[in-house]
Amino acid sequence: MSGIKRYLTRKIVIYILTFFFAVTIDWAIPRFMPGDPVAVLLSRFATLPNVAEHLHSYFIQAFGLDKPLWEQYISFWNALLHGDLGISIYYYPKPVAEIIKSALPYDIALLVPSIVLSWIVGNWLGALAGKNRKLDSYLMPVFYFLTASPYFWFAIVLAYLLGVKLDLFPVSGAYSYGIIPSLSWAFIKDFLHHWTLPFLSLFLVQLGGWAIGMRNMIIYEIEADYAHYLEALGSSERLILKHAFRNAMLPQVTGLALQLGLIVAGALTTEIVFSYPGIGYVLMQGILNQDYFLIQGCFLMIILNVLVANFLIDLLYVVIDPRVKYSYTGGE
Amino acid sequence: MKGNTLRIALKNNKFKIGVAIVGFFIIFALIGPMFSKFDPLGYYVIKIGERSATKASIANLPPGEMGEIFTPQGVIKVKHYLGTDSFGRDLYSQLVHGLRSSLFVGLVGGGLATLIGLLIGFVAGYKGGWVDEILMMLTNILLVIPTLALLIIIAAYVTYRGVLIESIIIGLTAWPWTARAVRAQTLSLKEREFVALAKIAGMRDLAIIFGEIMPNMVSYVFMVFILQFGGAILAAVGLDFIGLGPTRGISLGIILQNAVLWNAIQLGYWWWAIPPGLVIALLITGLYFINTGLDEVFNPRLRREE
Repeated sequence: MSGIKRYLTRKIVIYILTFFFAVTIDWAIPRFMPGDPVAVLLSRFATLPNVAEHLHSYFIQAFGLDKPLWEQYISFWNALLHGDLGISIYYYPKPVAEIIKSALPYDIALLVPSIVLSWIVGNWLGALAGKNRKLDSYLMPVFYFLTASPYFWFAIVLAYLLGVKLDLFPVSGAYSYGIIPSLSWAFIKDFLHHWTLPFLSLFLVQLGGWAIGMRNMIIYEIEADYAHYLEALGSSERLILKHAFRNAMLPQVTGLALQLGLIVAGALTTEIVFSYPGIGYVLMQGILNQDYFLIQGCFLMIILNVLVANFLIDLLYVVIDPRVKYSYTGGE
Repeated sequence: MKGNTLRIALKNNKFKIGVAIVGFFIIFALIGPMFSKFDPLGYYVIKIGERSATKASIANLPPGEMGEIFTPQGVIKVKHYLGTDSFGRDLYSQLVHGLRSSLFVGLVGGGLATLIGLLIGFVAGYKGGWVDEILMMLTNILLVIPTLALLIIIAAYVTYRGVLIESIIIGLTAWPWTARAVRAQTLSLKEREFVALAKIAGMRDLAIIFGEIMPNMVSYVFMVFILQFGGAILAAVGLDFIGLGPTRGISLGIILQNAVLWNAIQLGYWWWAIPPGLVIALLITGLYFINTGLDEVFNPRLRREE
């Protein structure tokens, strides 16, 4: 038990350092970039001098630019730990934290099912391709094409084919305009209808990557010494594949942790294609309108969620890989 | 030995297909602009005495249609191979110049990321001790932060961005996985006899890293570069798409951003929204094929074809 504790403590230390690092970057960039950050933010109000003047004093205060640097840094952390991410300019006077809180559920609704399902289906298809040469030669180019596609471009293709041409699914928003979010059957049906295309884009692009990883691992494993040994002993193909699959699964879980950043980035851009009201869509509004507090808040929220997800994967790893337990305890 | 590797590689179908695809796009990017009568942004340039002005063609033309440009000399008819966007700009010209900028980002951004990753991985693996601890701590931290998120926060504050700046920002953030992989390779290579011999012979650390260890990793480094090349192109497309691309000029991501912002999908203008991404997906598929082909060449256990 203490082995698992030590393994997880080490991971948590890394994650805390990462968060610390991310917050510091978030704080440092507007302050140390060449040029005046406030002037950059205000450039779009050049035609409205009254507004610009008001915002100027707000920004100086909000960034605390009139105070010494160390004091700015401490008050930045202080505000952050109290959940204060500043006020959005674009959605004025809404606080950034509130905007993010209402956007986050949409991201989770897209990401969690697409990651879990594509991982399972992708690994299964990859294993099939790995053991069957004929199937492999047809499937492999498809997998490669899927994983080579930019997420948002694949979303565009699906929106055009299934949304516009065949008119099967709506291509914009998370639910119809006339409907009010509630737990009614009508709303859930409408929500799922809008959810299908963004989900499918994320699901298919990710699937390609998992399938290729698993295919390569299976080919590698069935040529390994232990597999030949099992074969020589007269074991069934099923048994050999079962062992190969188990061994191949561990790198795929590690791969999941490494891919997480790219998947989240893919979800952000996919949401933009479908005007799906998650963090990605909010972030795009922030970028288009130079709303720095909104960009900053989205950045921190993305990092925080990726860290939590990484920790969950670490926990999963403890469960599926017995070696973690032994390597940190010396096999007691 | 080298010639032998190349001969096996040229027998590998995946390698051949990949080289053909990537080669096609490189040649297309080099000579493609010669077939276009438009500037990189897709406008027609007319000369009025000393000065020149840009003119747009007819908006929303499907591929292959003839466009009309009104000039003081009269109406000029020009063919639009890939049609025009909602502003009457030629899409073929935008696409081919966008491809150029993508390849540039891949080369510079991917190259820079490979170099940094190599250097950090080598030094960490070879030196060991606290140098290793610190470098790997930094690597692991950057590995968890999504690159796109990091790029967003940096790019949002660089007001004037060219393709070069974009490539450098991408190169500076994309190296961590390479550093980790190279470190692992170095660790296994440094225990070999020839490295011990070099040490006894009194060679300096850098000389050992570049003279003894690196030549043994050339094939591996090349494969890493191919992946970084593709990764940099994908990162740039994502960045351009959310509006943090080059402030001037064109790129495939910018074409796609415009297409989505101006509802090309809903309006059925597929020739605006589909081809730029298709070019990227095919190009990256080609890179993956080269990589897999080489993997099979260097790693006989993965070989499936005789």
